[in-house]
Amino acid sequence: MATYAELKAKADERWQTLAHGDRAWVRVGTAICGKAAGASLVVESLKAELSRRGVQAHLSEVGCLGLCYAEPIVDILKPGKPRVFFKNVTPDQVPELVESYLIHDNPKNDSVLGYLGEGSLDGVSPLDQLSTMKKQIRIALRNAGHIDPLDIYQYIANGGYAGLNKALFELKPQQVAEEVTKSGLRGRGGAAFPTGTKWSFLARTPGTTKYMLCNCEEGDPGAYNDKGILESDPHTLIEGMIIGGYATESNYGYIFIRHGHEGPIERTEKALEQAYEAGLLGQNILGSGFSFDIEVSLTGDSYVSGEETALMESIEGKRAMPRYRPPFPAQSGLWGKPSNINNVKTLAYVPEIITRGGDWFAGIGVGRSKGTVILCLSGNITYPGMYEIPMGMTLRQVLEDVGGGVPNGKKLKLLQTGGPLGGVLSGDKIDIALDFEQMAQAGAILGSGGIIVADEDTCAVDMARVLVAFCQFESCGKCFPCRLGMTHLLEVLERISNCQTRPGDMELMQGIGRSMTLGSLCGHGQLGFNPVQSAFRYFAEDFEAHMKKGRCLTGQCTGLHITPTRTRP
Amino acid sequence: MSYSSQALREQARKALHLQSHRTVTVLSSLLAVQDELGYVPTEAIEEVASFTDSTINDVWGVASFYTNFRFAAPGLHNLEVCWGPTCHLLGAPRILQEAQHSLGLSGEGETEDKRFTLRYNTCLGACSQGPVINIDHRLIGQVTVERIRRILTELNGSPRS
Repeated sequence: MATYAELKAKADERWQTLAHGDRAWVRVGTAICGKAAGASLVVESLKAELSRRGVQAHLSEVGCLGLCYAEPIVDILKPGKPRVFFKNVTPDQVPELVESYLIHDNPKNDSVLGYLGEGSLDGVSPLDQLSTMKKQIRIALRNAGHIDPLDIYQYIANGGYAGLNKALFELKPQQVAEEVTKSGLRGRGGAAFPTGTKWSFLARTPGTTKYMLCNCEEGDPGAYNDKGILESDPHTLIEGMIIGGYATESNYGYIFIRHGHEGPIERTEKALEQAYEAGLLGQNILGSGFSFDIEVSLTGDSYVSGEETALMESIEGKRAMPRYRPPFPAQSGLWGKPSNINNVKTLAYVPEIITRGGDWFAGIGVGRSKGTVILCLSGNITYPGMYEIPMGMTLRQVLEDVGGGVPNGKKLKLLQTGGPLGGVLSGDKIDIALDFEQMAQAGAILGSGGIIVADEDTCAVDMARVLVAFCQFESCGKCFPCRLGMTHLLEVLERISNCQTRPGDMELMQGIGRSMTLGSLCGHGQLGFNPVQSAFRYFAEDFEAHMKKGRCLTGQCTGLHITPTRTRP
Repeated sequence: MSYSSQALREQARKALHLQSHRTVTVLSSLLAVQDELGYVPTEAIEEVASFTDSTINDVWGVASFYTNFRFAAPGLHNLEVCWGPTCHLLGAPRILQEAQHSLGLSGEGETEDKRFTLRYNTCLGACSQGPVINIDHRLIGQVTVERIRRILTELNGSPRS
């Protein structure tokens, strides 16, 4: 069995060949947003062109730099040159790119996004000085877009599995949990519960079979950071999970992903295979005596299966409906065994926290919100993307400085944060800091980190209707206040949207909302009234225009209500 | 392609036995069958029940819960249109309207000639590239009405495989 030092030596040697060898290294981001922008076609085109022109180069598919607005991104590192990032590359442009930069040395600066490393390019800024990059602190995303996620040695060469090695050989399980507690890391799936404390619950529960579960269901529209991590750097999650397994003294892990997300699933499964081959998973990891197994568990399409107890039902192969609590998962979870469940992002921080220490992580962020938050900006925003932002920065700074503001000279109207259940936040409330407590006070949640930006042409009634349509479609049906309440709310909102209000509609919705909040087992029903309540709180005039004046102020409520409605049988 | 009842059973059985994950459940079995056949026919429900030692009722319970399961053979091309809030803001209603119009459908389902299946998706996960569609497992972002019309026309002209 190889020791960590042997793995690292092999990794360093391979990295040296790639990054400092005599051939060019061409990297293309093929995570989900890259693919949607056509990156797979760019890879095909590059392969064909490199072979046609006889250019000797390494070609790698990497994950996501997070700069979705510039996808597909091709970056080329030529010996002795800085690493140059080309933006919005189309398959047709590939022959010219190969000709002008790989064969000759002319990067045609207007197609360059930025560069990294020594040297300079006229009129081009270094990548880390771009407005979208310079305010980021990339911890969980440290490797995203830089390494080939399907090559474990690239991860190890960049410091990967050093945290695991340290945990296994220098720290006791309890010390690992303490280090995580010291870091102030709180769950990034939405609940913001202190991770170290959660781990200690499971560590204290006696039992020979305990489970470590990782939630990558990520059904929130507007959030793709979990999938982004799995596609860009699956080993950071795997390493975090093994460390978590060691700290909680559990021996089996499941990574829970929605079926159909082929990129994240394939890359995670391949990474797991490599970790087993390298002796980083399985029996007696790195000779430490600790054993841990991980497998991928696929779920079908169901938003509620991301709720922690529903997730366990789903892994057991049943309908993903939440369970009653107590007993809590740490006492009786998957198959009745003690279990711990963390979000992908939470676990992705763990390797660096162990390597660099809890104090280092606690030094980033503000108040009780430590570290960074991974945000996905989408909608009416100039630079949509996935950004890792230090906690404490204000929403305004994120939207204006990083996201580039609302395009086309339009005004910001509202934000939808933390998934559909988070409701909407008024565009004039964005001077709050990214901080779990401050966000909650403002009536918004940070949740999974999705931020959907909507400009002045958006009707709050229409937005509420779409969010409620989503919640209605996704109600698991176990609690009738949620199952029937959502359907009823949607009916009323469709009426309002069509300016066919009946007297007492608002009161009716409030009554339904109360029943849902009081009578539902999980957050889906408890928070399901949020979209309506928050939209009405901030944009009463939009509702009144429909209800009293019979018109939509923005003209967005066109009657094009193409949203599926169904109730789970 | 259509199979006889017996052939469907055999294919389903093959898929059930070839599952690669260590943990085999009713859900994992249903997913394996759907991956193999493109849908879950009644025959497969029975096969899953006997394979997992469950009742047919239990298997239907799981299959009817997850919205990705289909119970009729899909069309030749599978088009999913995202209606998540981001895509909605960026123009998904018009994309959906155009898709329905081009395919002669009034909602989700198969076209009469079985060339296309249209489905709605709550979020395809590429929000930064919205509006997004997925056609035959290929994600396409920043879709416009003209673009989806062109894509569907091109596919409609492609020979049956």
